[in-house]
Amino acid sequence: MKDQFHNQSNSPIDESLSTITQKESTVTMHDAQTTFSNKSQGSIKKKSALRLWLHYVSINIRSAMQYKLSFFLMVLGQFFVSFSVFLGLYFMFQRFHSVKGYTYNEVLLCFAIFLMEFSLAEMSARGFDSFSSMVRTGSFDQVLVRPRNEVLQVLGSKFELTRIGRMLQALLMFVYAIPRCGVDWSFSKILTLLFMLIGGTALFSGIFMIYAAFCFFTLEGLEFMNVFTDGAREHGKYPIDVYGKKMLFFGTFLVPYALVQYYPLSYIIGKSDNPLLTFLPLLAILFLIPSYLFWRFGVRHYCSSGS
Amino acid sequence: MKSSLALRKYQSFFRLRFLQGLQYRAAAAAGITTQFAWGFLLIIAFSAFYEADPTAFPMSFQDTVSYVWLQQAFLALFNTWMMENEIFDTIANGNIAYELCRPIRIYNMWIARSLANRFSRAVLRCSPILIVAFLIPKPYRLALPPDLGTFLLFLLSLVLGTAVATAFCMIVYGVTFFTISPQGVRVLFASLVDFLAGGIIPIPFMPDRVRMVLELLPFASMQNAPLRIYSGSMPAEEIKVTLGLQFFWLIALVLIGAGLCRLAEHKACIQGG
Repeated sequence: MKDQFHNQSNSPIDESLSTITQKESTVTMHDAQTTFSNKSQGSIKKKSALRLWLHYVSINIRSAMQYKLSFFLMVLGQFFVSFSVFLGLYFMFQRFHSVKGYTYNEVLLCFAIFLMEFSLAEMSARGFDSFSSMVRTGSFDQVLVRPRNEVLQVLGSKFELTRIGRMLQALLMFVYAIPRCGVDWSFSKILTLLFMLIGGTALFSGIFMIYAAFCFFTLEGLEFMNVFTDGAREHGKYPIDVYGKKMLFFGTFLVPYALVQYYPLSYIIGKSDNPLLTFLPLLAILFLIPSYLFWRFGVRHYCSSGS
Repeated sequence: MKSSLALRKYQSFFRLRFLQGLQYRAAAAAGITTQFAWGFLLIIAFSAFYEADPTAFPMSFQDTVSYVWLQQAFLALFNTWMMENEIFDTIANGNIAYELCRPIRIYNMWIARSLANRFSRAVLRCSPILIVAFLIPKPYRLALPPDLGTFLLFLLSLVLGTAVATAFCMIVYGVTFFTISPQGVRVLFASLVDFLAGGIIPIPFMPDRVRMVLELLPFASMQNAPLRIYSGSMPAEEIKVTLGLQFFWLIALVLIGAGLCRLAEHKACIQGG
């Protein structure tokens, strides 16, 4: 739990992950640097941000594939972490048939979508999640001296393909729940789902970015931030109104989880027929603005450490 | 004389680690906030289920609340995913060779060290969580144990549970001698054990058949046993059986772990250079 965790990061896996990826990241950084300098010597023209990012991704994947067994074990591990949460949910619903008016299949749908949003963000924004090591070892200095946006570079510093283990779990639950939750999938509902995935990924990336920005001041990752990442992942399996009005308020206006979970979900499962709810998840993208501003603020206060 | 000297060595290992662990106060403060929020969310979710169907609750709501708070307060004692990276590192990079040169048993040293780490973490973290949990308003408050006898049994079970969890981790360390990369063993065990021990939902909430099997496994002897004895609703007969199982598993796991470590001391290759 807990992740608590649940460590203490409520997440044992992340801790162990950082140990394997340590070696890889040095390879990655080096590789990226050489390619980039070759390119910029050859021609003044810069690669577009997207192409550069894709290049980073491909380097990361190739470096992960150097340790194939380790990779597959991690994927399996990620799968089981979420699977045990699912088992807990399953057993709870063996005993209770609904919670706050949500059936098992509706909760499963909610959990699947939310987990998918989280894993997408964790996969692509993992560089922020493990940013504390970059600050501590001083490798953020390298980032600052390169002529590209630092967010792009931090994003590119890590791409965790092992998170497909979690996604697989989300996908399985999704496939199981779809025919059983009685949703009549119209175009607007599919669109809502798509927007939920986009908005949720943006929201969690924003949270990871804030988490990273704190490292500028504390050097260590702040453990209490886990509540907003791992904690949300674990407890977000239920639609947020299960936790009461106050939590719903918190999840609407402070950290907008409800925008990518409760509100659009109630449209999908037919609890509300307000078509505007389709576009609500996109509002969660706005969360990236304060996150980015805080990140900028952090960068300006960065004191190099390490050697 | 000789045995008391030997014990002293491990005692000082314990003391050293314990004091070292007490230094990380800021980390503990951050951990407390996380655990507090975690426990709070769990309890609200349980109360939502309670509203939905109070009759389906396998234990009273108050007992469930106490279970969750104690679980969060003593997390450091029981969780099996918080293993010691240092030990994995020494095995992977070959520094284990230095340890093997010393006139000590690796198993005893590691277990002294792990226990010290767990206790020092728990000492730092439990009291703020417990104090707050005792003070918050009624339905969510942590109840006092019904009588002194129950409380003492709880303490005994708590210590046994910690020892079982530590002994289990020792087996994982032992296996690492042979597999070298801890990732696979660790990741697979971490989530599975957490579930089997009742870390995700308390064991009574599982279906009866699953529950019957789980209660016999060593994992139930970790957090499940003390947290359920605490509330006093467990009949005396069952408490005896639970404590007996804890003793049994402690001995069994220690024997397996010590055997594995001894085998490793003879057979394992030293890594690194």
